[in-house]
Amino acid sequence: MAKLYSKRKLAPKKMLPKKETIRLILQYSCALNIVKVGNMSFDTIAN
Amino acid sequence: MAKTQLPDAILVNRYIDGDENSLAILVERHQSKIYGYIYSKVSDRDLTEDIFQETFFKVIHTLKSKKYYNEEGKFLSWVLRIANNLIVDKFRNDKKMLMKRDTDEFSVFSSLTDNAPNIEKELIKNQVDIDLKKIIQKLPHDQKEVLMMRYYSDMSFKEIADITGVSVNTTLGRMRYAITNLRKVIEKNQIYLPS
Repeated sequence: MAKLYSKRKLAPKKMLPKKETIRLILQYSCALNIVKVGNMSFDTIAN
Repeated sequence: MAKTQLPDAILVNRYIDGDENSLAILVERHQSKIYGYIYSKVSDRDLTEDIFQETFFKVIHTLKSKKYYNEEGKFLSWVLRIANNLIVDKFRNDKKMLMKRDTDEFSVFSSLTDNAPNIEKELIKNQVDIDLKKIIQKLPHDQKEVLMMRYYSDMSFKEIADITGVSVNTTLGRMRYAITNLRKVIEKNQIYLPS
């Protein structure tokens, strides 16, 4: 009977993003360059 | 200090100054909390990946353009706010809210916490307040006056000194005596005051 009421939950796993996502974010950061000219700013993304 | 142990504020500043590795450390440090937060709202792995990615794109853009961000040691809450705004935008576009369900893989309680005091804590706090006020009433008038103005009226020692017409040092002394006497009464009567 106890089993019915005491279903043991799995400990919540640490949730992490995919490695590709992290890699993409870091690559985007390296590639992005923002240049300010007066009041305007220009974004350039290096290939 | 090892770079991975540096506080967020320093890493953010280093990143703004061009140190790309600092961003990698910040992402590594906070990825779990940010990802878990987004997943707790959208309950969809792919969507979570998208929003996580978009959140950091915004973070990167904002930091690199040196605008908006005012670091006060709250990098994580700032990023979570960005993530939250993106989630709201997403649901606004979809015009629907997903219902969260507890699964074996994910527990909604792992990311949701309620910091509000529960009824029991509220009752204990009220009782402690009543007990404390009774003890304070037994203090000499000058000490009671300083203590009440400091803790219940949130006045500075300078303001208390001006009102009571004594020096700041005397006010501080009275406060010290008040605290010492309070401790004595509490110990003598073995009163339990949970923090």
